Amino acid sequence: MNEGLPLQASGHSRRRLLVNHLAEGIAIVAALFALAVLAILVGSVFVRALPALSFDFFTQGPKYDEFGRLSGGIAPAIVGTFMLILIAAAFSIPLGVLTALWVSEFAPRHLADQVKLYLDVLNGFPSIVIGIFVYGLMVSSKIPILGLGHHPSAWAGGFALSIVMLPLISRTTMEVLALVPNSLREASYGLGVSKWRTVLSIVLPTAAGGIMTGTTLAVARAAGETAPLLFVCAATTQTIVWDPSQAVSSIPFTIFSDYDQAGGQAQAWGAAFTLIVLVLLSSLTSRYFLDRSKRKLGQVK
Amino acid sequence: MEAAAVSSPGLRRTRRLADRIGDKAFYLVTTLAAIFAVLLVVGIAWQLVAKAWPAIRQYGIGFVWESTWRVATPTLSELYGAREFLIGTIVASFGAVLIAAPVSIAIGLFLSELAPPSIRGPIGSLVDMLAAVPSVVIGLWGILVLGPFAHSTFVPWLNDVLGFIPFFGKPPPTAQSVFLAMLVLAIMATPIISSICRELFISVPSDLEEAAFGLGATRFEMVRGVVLPSVRGGVVAGIVLGLGRALGEAIAVTQVIGGSWPIKLSLFQPGTSLASQIANTYSSNVSPLNRASLIYLGLILLVITFTTNFIAQQIVHRFERQRLR
Repeated sequence: MNEGLPLQASGHSRRRLLVNHLAEGIAIVAALFALAVLAILVGSVFVRALPALSFDFFTQGPKYDEFGRLSGGIAPAIVGTFMLILIAAAFSIPLGVLTALWVSEFAPRHLADQVKLYLDVLNGFPSIVIGIFVYGLMVSSKIPILGLGHHPSAWAGGFALSIVMLPLISRTTMEVLALVPNSLREASYGLGVSKWRTVLSIVLPTAAGGIMTGTTLAVARAAGETAPLLFVCAATTQTIVWDPSQAVSSIPFTIFSDYDQAGGQAQAWGAAFTLIVLVLLSSLTSRYFLDRSKRKLGQVK
Repeated sequence: MEAAAVSSPGLRRTRRLADRIGDKAFYLVTTLAAIFAVLLVVGIAWQLVAKAWPAIRQYGIGFVWESTWRVATPTLSELYGAREFLIGTIVASFGAVLIAAPVSIAIGLFLSELAPPSIRGPIGSLVDMLAAVPSVVIGLWGILVLGPFAHSTFVPWLNDVLGFIPFFGKPPPTAQSVFLAMLVLAIMATPIISSICRELFISVPSDLEEAAFGLGATRFEMVRGVVLPSVRGGVVAGIVLGLGRALGEAIAVTQVIGGSWPIKLSLFQPGTSLASQIANTYSSNVSPLNRASLIYLGLILLVITFTTNFIAQQIVHRFERQRLR
């Protein structure tokens, strides 16, 4: 440091430093604020759910006492949510993966871009609109589709959730398929293997981690969706419904309908706790698959 | 292939056949899947228009600014219009983004420039976790925890300080309000915008940042002069994406907004929105025209969110082209 310059900042420099500190402080406070909101949100769900949580809460159905007060458990909703997710996954995984395969293996560039665009548009659709669509298609329609009946059902709910899941699965799969090195495909073709066998035995296994990432991500999103279910599969049943042609309970809808009922707040918090745990487990699984497939694809290169 | 063919012609024939059929079938199946995915999008849009048609024919485009929403009474006929719901949706969403955008940019800067590298990952994951919390849970928390808290603390304070502005008028006894919907939507938009911002800020070449430091800039000056200008387009696109999410949200808003119209000038009064009106009344089958008008609301919502996302995408495209140069 030159002797002519003072070590202490003064005047203009001092103001610049102060502004800098102020800005840094604001950024730190904002980040802490977001974390605090998350902590308070998750914390209050846990704290308020605690009184409701018990073994029976997960194994019993809801009960009403003589004054109409709600108690008991959410077993039908848990079973219902799993059933809806299963139906949605059974539909959206094949559809999403096959669409992604077409885009990455067959489609000319401009058509591929079109399909990607459509999937992005679908991803941006408000979920309540999907509910209206499925209501018109499967619940109120005059034409019986696959004989599914004209009433709310788990089939309709699962289909609605599959529309939510489809773009997530398909876009993630596309991104991973694009990462599968062409040298692998060319090695396979060089050995005289046909295209479909190459895709099934080389490309798909290499991309499996990515497909799992997309699927678990989509499950995490769909498990918490209420809006698409409102008109097509909204019910709170007191016993577990195993028949997918009937409307089933689901955890999100239980939260939505219980919280303003007498005695229902404890139920709603307990259900919210269950849902958060379910969604977080699913997100963490997706993160695990993402890391794994990144490592795997990194090695291949 | 040729060697195998010479040694066993039989194998060659069956394999060729299986491969020919297999390749064709594979192409066909994947193509059908892609066509189905596209048809799904077209089908949703087409069905909304078709089911809203009675209302579209009855009211035309004037539906959008008609302020009455009235089911038939013994003395009055039914009359439907979207204005109040449209205003509610737009006010709540824009308000939410107004709150969320500065916070999100600050979080993005914290995670990319300020935080010690060892805590960036964990805090980033935690913020991403906020995005995974289902909207119905945020809505439940909003109405049972945040609402009463805000109503007893900073809402009266805001009214005291800013009460001279009509938007911050006297709060009614209930906690459900457009303002609460804004807060809830802001919580839902923040993780989306902040994770986009973080990625963008990290992507700014570090030699640019170091050059600014080398010229004697403070960190704030570096951010303002180098980081923000070089990713401005991306940040705007991220904010618009967050807006798109807020516009389409139905459940959380339904839980906290109160479901009453006409919309009052004060944000602390209960209000309504396009999505929450559909969620609240779609199941009560009042009349065919009522149903069609509700679907018309859905169609308007679809057009708004589509336009918003389209704008975001255009900004991203332009931004990426600029960057490549």
